[in-house]
Amino acid sequence: MTGLLQMAGIEKRFPGVHALKQAQFELRAGEVHALMGENGAGKSTLMKILAGIYQPDSGSIAIDGQEVAIASPRAAQNLGIAMIHQELALMNDLTVAQNIFIGREPRQSFGRLDEAALNARAAAIFHAMNIAMEPRALVEGLTIARQQMVEIAKALSVKSRILIMDEPTAALNDAEIAELFRIIRQLRTEGVGIVYISHKMDEIRQIADRVTVMRDGEFVGTVEAADTPIATIITMMVGRALTDEALPVPDLSTQPVVLEVKGLSRGRAIRNVSFTLRRGEILGFAGLMGAGRTEVARAIFGADRHEAGEIRVHGEPRAIRSPRDAVRAGIGYLSEDRKHFGLALGMDVRDNVAIASLQRFTDRLGRLNEAAMGETARRYIGRLGIRTPSEQQEVRLLSGGNQQKVVIAKWLLRDCDILIFDEPTRGIDVGAKAEIYRLLAELAAQGRAIIVISSELPEVLRLSHRIAVMCEGRLTGILPGGPHTTQEEIMRLATQREALTEEQPA
Amino acid sequence: MTAFPTRTLAAGAKVSGAGQKLLAFASLLILVVGFSLASPNFLQTSNIMAILQATSVNAVLAVAATLVIITGGIDLSVGTLMTFCAVICGVVLTWWGMPLPVGILAAILAGAACGLVSGTIIARMKIPPFIATLGMMLMLKGLALIISGTRPIYFNSTPGFTQIAQGSLVGMVIPQLPIPNGVLLLFAVAGFAAWILARTVLGRYTYAIGSNEEAIRLSGVNTDAWKIAVYALAGAICGIAGILIAARLNSAQPALGQGYELDAIAAVVIGGTSLSGGRGTVLGTLIGALIMSVLTNGLRILSVAPEWQTVVTGAIIIVAVYADQLRRRRG
Repeated sequence: MTGLLQMAGIEKRFPGVHALKQAQFELRAGEVHALMGENGAGKSTLMKILAGIYQPDSGSIAIDGQEVAIASPRAAQNLGIAMIHQELALMNDLTVAQNIFIGREPRQSFGRLDEAALNARAAAIFHAMNIAMEPRALVEGLTIARQQMVEIAKALSVKSRILIMDEPTAALNDAEIAELFRIIRQLRTEGVGIVYISHKMDEIRQIADRVTVMRDGEFVGTVEAADTPIATIITMMVGRALTDEALPVPDLSTQPVVLEVKGLSRGRAIRNVSFTLRRGEILGFAGLMGAGRTEVARAIFGADRHEAGEIRVHGEPRAIRSPRDAVRAGIGYLSEDRKHFGLALGMDVRDNVAIASLQRFTDRLGRLNEAAMGETARRYIGRLGIRTPSEQQEVRLLSGGNQQKVVIAKWLLRDCDILIFDEPTRGIDVGAKAEIYRLLAELAAQGRAIIVISSELPEVLRLSHRIAVMCEGRLTGILPGGPHTTQEEIMRLATQREALTEEQPA
Repeated sequence: MTAFPTRTLAAGAKVSGAGQKLLAFASLLILVVGFSLASPNFLQTSNIMAILQATSVNAVLAVAATLVIITGGIDLSVGTLMTFCAVICGVVLTWWGMPLPVGILAAILAGAACGLVSGTIIARMKIPPFIATLGMMLMLKGLALIISGTRPIYFNSTPGFTQIAQGSLVGMVIPQLPIPNGVLLLFAVAGFAAWILARTVLGRYTYAIGSNEEAIRLSGVNTDAWKIAVYALAGAICGIAGILIAARLNSAQPALGQGYELDAIAAVVIGGTSLSGGRGTVLGTLIGALIMSVLTNGLRILSVAPEWQTVVTGAIIIVAVYADQLRRRRG
């Protein structure tokens, strides 16, 4: 292993933010180097400087001991640096091969494109990566995991020596993660230096050689992954030790059922799903990607239609055809994709908190009572511990955890007593996660009924009073929460495919 | 301009960031100073009033377009809708001989109804705003010609109709300041629209829909209904523009109208409203409309050929948006 990259004394200021303070990072050829830190710690900024997207205010970057200036993403590419962003940047209407060679298409005379060469070269890359992929397939039809493979192939096609991956597993299921790790390990043996940004501790254990931790834009330390306990890394990240308290499961059998879903169905996505939810209960929904959990949530919320089934709220059947009907019935939905479905990012905290309840701040002429809105927003900022300079801060400037709290505040203000959280901690750092967990437990204790959809089993186990498991659109079982249920039991139900059950004689 | 409700407008500025408006205002100021140095005639009261008068129709349409554009939509039908409403006004007043207030009300209601139709097509039938309002633009153009029998309708039987645009209530009180009524009407419309945007639920949802429609829908807001309301309000404002232009010309000219929508959109864009929605202000649009008419007027005083005035206006649009982008990139 040799020194491939040295970044030292990197300074970067944005208006109002000192994003990087004397940050440093070092990468060897043939290692997977995890870069960790809470959101806002400066990981992405540092890597965007390496990828030529941002320019540092000062500091030095050296590759193979040679000091370099990375003036643009193009310059980074020429130096063999590629970054795979969390939001994949592929063109859906083009094929896999066209995406890989975009801007560098092999040509024939008179500027004609050489599609055959294009596809052959793409096929060669996939062959080297040891994965099966059709170069002529449209990117649109690929899963997120497959699209990521295309991004990696694109990075390899320019002979990248430094590959930066920003939370590559955020949208992948376990099998896909295993495939990704196989490719990462293969690249490592070929001498590529890989920067791996992730929040997931178990992955770091599996894949990383070394870990560098950043906090508040500063370098905290670099440690060997193999002989550093996870607790130590977390302490480095948050600057304090976190206790992993288990959730006590209260006895809810005397509590009234607030939500009852019977025979909910839509095509193959949702197949005859029935369950009940009691006041004060946290019902976890576990399952693999595509098991239909989000589909069920969106159908209950009226965001998508359902073909059959009954939804009873407080014992009364409710026809829920739109989110408006659901909100009127007291159901709130917090989407896994806050930025697209949860927040108006360009508007301030106050407006986002009030947006579902504006009628409450309105007089007969339709005038808004801004003072009352501000006062309410400030109350929720205090109650939920939202870190923002003021209620008039634009939401896009908040961290992921604080954005999530703004969405929660919106639903609390709307008096929703049934809250559906879809992946509530996705993209949220460790410290803020614990806060969200605490908040959910508090809300349940106050009598709200909560559904939590999560792809992280430890999270489901830690949060849920009961755990509903789905596979291929069906509810395959409901397990009790608490310490007696194991990840293995959940996985068994999550992989209980219909083929296995149908083959048995009735 | 002191009669302007600046408090409400300033609140709207918070949503859009005051930078572009400052930039637009500075450009306007530079134009005014430049032209007054170049020609002593420019700053004469009569010329200033001519500029304001020339701005009024385009600015009222631009205010309507601003509302729609903040939702992330576009309204190509504002120009022909204006003409359609003028024709309706003529039918009611001249052909049917109804009293003046009925004619005014008819024009505004016709505008609102057409806006309602556009909004419904867009929100419920999910037709992109560009297509929906392009269709409306052509339909209204045709209908205005059909209803009027392709001939202008004159308002000679309604005494005082032209006073709506050409008279001057202010001038009667303060003879030194003969602000035309049409300009007062513009200020009233602009003030009302600015108030709606900054202070009411409708306004807040207008920005919210432009900012992230799906998130707002998932918050349980009936986004379709609110969007339709915005188009209807914009339509009603086009109805006012129809009255204004009819009063200026003392006639409803059914062939007029097409092309006005692009001038209106130009004013909106110069005024810093983003075509992608979510940000923008009425004050910015007013400044944008003024920049366009100051330019036209000033170049005319300097005896620049009208062809060149068009070229310069086009260039100004590009420069204005580019300056805004530079500012954003730095910010």
